[in-house]
Amino acid sequence: MKLTRRHALVMGAGAALANCITLPAFASLGDDAIAAFTGGAEVGDTGITLTAPAIAENGNTVPVSVDAPGAAEIMVLAMGNPTPAVGTFKFGELAGSQAASTRIRLAGTQDVVAIAKMADGTFVKASSNVKVTIGGCGG
Amino acid sequence: MMKTISAIGGAAALALSAAVVTADPVDDTLILNEELELVTRTTAPAHVEELDEVLSGWLFRGTETRAMQADDFDNPGMIFVEKALEAWDTAEGSEGKSCASCHDAAETMAGVRPVYPKWNEAAGEVRTLEMQVNDCRTSRMGAEAWKYAGGDMVNMIALLSSVSRGLPVNVAIDGPVQSMWEQGKELYYTRTGQLELSCANCHEENNGNMIRADHLSQGQINGFPVYRLKNTKLNAVHSRFKGCIRDTRAETYSPGSPEFVALELYVGSRGNGLSVEGPSVRN
Amino acid sequence: MASGVKPRVKVPKTAAAGDVVTIKTLISHKMESGQRKDDDGNIIPRSIINRFTCDFNGKNVIDVTMEPAISTNPYFEFEAIVPEAGDFKFTWYDDDGSVYEESKTIKIG
Repeated sequence: MKLTRRHALVMGAGAALANCITLPAFASLGDDAIAAFTGGAEVGDTGITLTAPAIAENGNTVPVSVDAPGAAEIMVLAMGNPTPAVGTFKFGELAGSQAASTRIRLAGTQDVVAIAKMADGTFVKASSNVKVTIGGCGG
Repeated sequence: MMKTISAIGGAAALALSAAVVTADPVDDTLILNEELELVTRTTAPAHVEELDEVLSGWLFRGTETRAMQADDFDNPGMIFVEKALEAWDTAEGSEGKSCASCHDAAETMAGVRPVYPKWNEAAGEVRTLEMQVNDCRTSRMGAEAWKYAGGDMVNMIALLSSVSRGLPVNVAIDGPVQSMWEQGKELYYTRTGQLELSCANCHEENNGNMIRADHLSQGQINGFPVYRLKNTKLNAVHSRFKGCIRDTRAETYSPGSPEFVALELYVGSRGNGLSVEGPSVRN
Repeated sequence: MASGVKPRVKVPKTAAAGDVVTIKTLISHKMESGQRKDDDGNIIPRSIINRFTCDFNGKNVIDVTMEPAISTNPYFEFEAIVPEAGDFKFTWYDDDGSVYEESKTIKIG
């Protein structure tokens, strides 16, 4: 995806709005996705690791890893993106671990959230703030 | 209008000279595929008088970006090398030849990338690797020339660079190329555009400082073509030159123009001693 | 089929029975998000790979639902248990109905 500076600024502004001004309809998209995933169940905060850079050089390609031993599936959300869903990893019977890495797009500085559905039906969540640098040389 | 322009120029100069946030290169070693150590920092060649050391752009990038380049599988630029490998073996043109018809395996081209641009005696001109590829295509294969900085060409340059990774850049600056090298040096130190910035203003005087939210490197080209996270494709060195000059708000030269050939010759020689890295991964 | 789509996978050639091996996959694809506009201001329609699966001898290793926020040239790294010799099968599903497949054989030894 070619992210021009203008697009980045517009998307960044959107993310800033979502983060700071808390427009209810906008900010709840990510929360809605979490609620849909968990069915409103209580969500713990141990047993899952989310690895993401504190500062991403470019929002177009941000490496993230998730690891939740014993998880059936892990959903990743970029809470400040126009559409927060990033992907869901379902682990099969031959999974060597309940861990995966990928590269994702972030429209601006925001929280990335990973939420795991454990084999026993409980949920755990981890969150990591990623600062996305915008503005340098367009080249 | 003049006033506006000088105000912008002044602001740019201020932003550069008064940069308080440093973006020093990291102290790290680039080991490719856990086996090949590349030279990313070495003593500056004698003809680069203003620098003690020359540093690869790799040292100015973040941890994740550096790691992405260190493994051929993680490096998305290698997808395009694989595409070029298919082109390497594909016969094209009136002579029914592929690159492999004359050159055998692409690996036999190791050592070619580091010495380009270089003098071609028969043609009586300085040639970039792109010019040489197109000469092969038109005069040996009877095929159409590729667009200078187009996808097919940049992929092929990435392939030719990849087989020379680890070899030191060794661009000749004397003899028949000298006058063009001097022309390239002149361009390097000439301020252009409304921002009145030369290559040297950013990459010689201010490498290690921030330009807005980005790190300024030495502008070395040993890593070209580069896979940029920004546009998620391979970028040719002349495309990067064009982008830089455009960022000074100047009319730019075109990829493949004599001016850019001269600039590539000069900038390439500033990295003599650094390892060929292409395709590298940058922001 | 989107043009120029090329899958790459990295799997060890051999493993001991019961070993856990690391697998990496990369496929060249634009992953057009549906969020961008062209020069005339028209939305460029979404065109992404929306699902990736890896199976070994018919049993699932991982099944990934992919959204437009997955970067261009999608990359995944994960681990698999290798109970016996056999074949890994990798499948990517494109919005346009195309299916891209790759397989790798692993030996026990």
